[in-house]
Amino acid sequence: MTLLQKSLILFGLVVAILALASAIGAWLARKTTSESGLATVENLNARIKAWWVMIAIFAACYALGFSATVLLFALTSFYTLREFISLTPTQRADHAPLAFAFYVLLPLQYWLVWSGWYGLFTILIPVYGFLLLPSLASLQGDPANFLSRVSRIQWAVMLTVYCISHAPALIRLEIPGYEGQGFLLLFFLTAVVQFSDVMQYVFGKLMGKTKLAPVISPSKTVEGLVGGGLSAMALGAALWWITPFSPAVAAAMAGMIVIAGFLGGLSLSGVKRSMGAKDWGTMVQGHGGVLDRMDSVSFAAPLFFHLTRYLYAV
Amino acid sequence: MIDLVLIGLTRFLVGGHSRWTGSAPVERQRIYFANHGSHLDTLLLWSALPKQLRATTHAAAAADYWGTGPMKRFIAQKGLNAVLIDRSGSSAPGEALEPLRKTLLEGHSLILFPEGTRSANRLPGPFKSGLYRLAKEFPDAELIPVYLDNPARAMPKGALLPLPIICSAHFGPAFARVENEEKEAFLLRAQATVSALAPPTAEALTS
Repeated sequence: MTLLQKSLILFGLVVAILALASAIGAWLARKTTSESGLATVENLNARIKAWWVMIAIFAACYALGFSATVLLFALTSFYTLREFISLTPTQRADHAPLAFAFYVLLPLQYWLVWSGWYGLFTILIPVYGFLLLPSLASLQGDPANFLSRVSRIQWAVMLTVYCISHAPALIRLEIPGYEGQGFLLLFFLTAVVQFSDVMQYVFGKLMGKTKLAPVISPSKTVEGLVGGGLSAMALGAALWWITPFSPAVAAAMAGMIVIAGFLGGLSLSGVKRSMGAKDWGTMVQGHGGVLDRMDSVSFAAPLFFHLTRYLYAV
Repeated sequence: MIDLVLIGLTRFLVGGHSRWTGSAPVERQRIYFANHGSHLDTLLLWSALPKQLRATTHAAAAADYWGTGPMKRFIAQKGLNAVLIDRSGSSAPGEALEPLRKTLLEGHSLILFPEGTRSANRLPGPFKSGLYRLAKEFPDAELIPVYLDNPARAMPKGALLPLPIICSAHFGPAFARVENEEKEAFLLRAQATVSALAPPTAEALTS
């Protein structure tokens, strides 16, 4: 099968699933009468609508090519970094390191993804950014809460720029016998992460009893995690034909993505709650902010990238 | 055209969403008065208004900043519909308000920053008397308090570049005029009304 054939099948499948979800949502909206039930259905339908938009953007990027996809993820990093910094208390002296993060590190990191300069891509933020951000902050001459101020910025940039940039970098991985099909790896990652999020939500709503971390993230349950995780692994195995993996490895990769994504969601809930917020923003209807949708991806993308690279790339 | 570019840039960088509580974005003569902490304030408040209101709303902008250089003057006058005022203090009291009176006499609305200068604090400092005078001279203009959240973080005093930090404009209910109120009492009350619109900070929520 060629890349185009595979892509068309996948696109058709996604549209069919979303159409089914929309139909169920419309049916539920007509059938539900209780007030709390209606609120849940309304939120569900808003989420489905946002899914259509996200799929349309994804498809458009695929059609426009690699550069458009890199640009899309650069914008995603921009919006998630903006959400993170907006929620974080910053001081006047943080202006210079923040400007450096937004206007230098972010574009540079995505230029490195685009140009394929792997060596610098891996160390730009963890080495150069790590050292330069506190240097810039120290030049402002304000020692108040210095460590926590600098750490917040370093954390934000690592998470929203460095980690997320590994998703489009998947496209550039050189895997023998899999040339030019990197976009499908990005699809695999995105599909598994998002499907796992949805199924964890569904299983949690239907049979969730045992809360995993009641204070940090009250909606996460053991039943949700197991049900959602197994569904996502089944999806991963079923998608083995678009990857360089065997069905068993595809399921294992999906399992790893689920666990990383779960931990990402949990850690970021911790960050959010420490700052007194429930959502990162209001940009995506029904989902909260962009970072609420990307929290799992940010943890899963670098791990998936490096495991695949270590095991399969030249 | 230039106004759409400015609004597009504002939305992209700082969001600039508006929240109306107790008042609505309707067409009638108003004096919006807001806290002032950043050069972004004028742009933020102005782009938070719907299009049909922007056409007849003018921000009072300091001539010593927005009037210097052809670029800033062009943005202020053609893009933001602003009225430049002199705040050097060399003119007689009340005379600096002349261009603002002219705008109000035409039936248009105004955006004022009664602190007169940018402050580094989250809550507004003492108000100057311009708001009191105009409110008295134009009793039919509705007084709308506005709290601008975050622009001082996005572009603090002395910064060259604005940062992408989400900002918003909180519009409150119309400020009531009290008969025979002294100037000081009026200004203190107006200042407190703007402060009351400020959302709680993250520190306040977690402590």
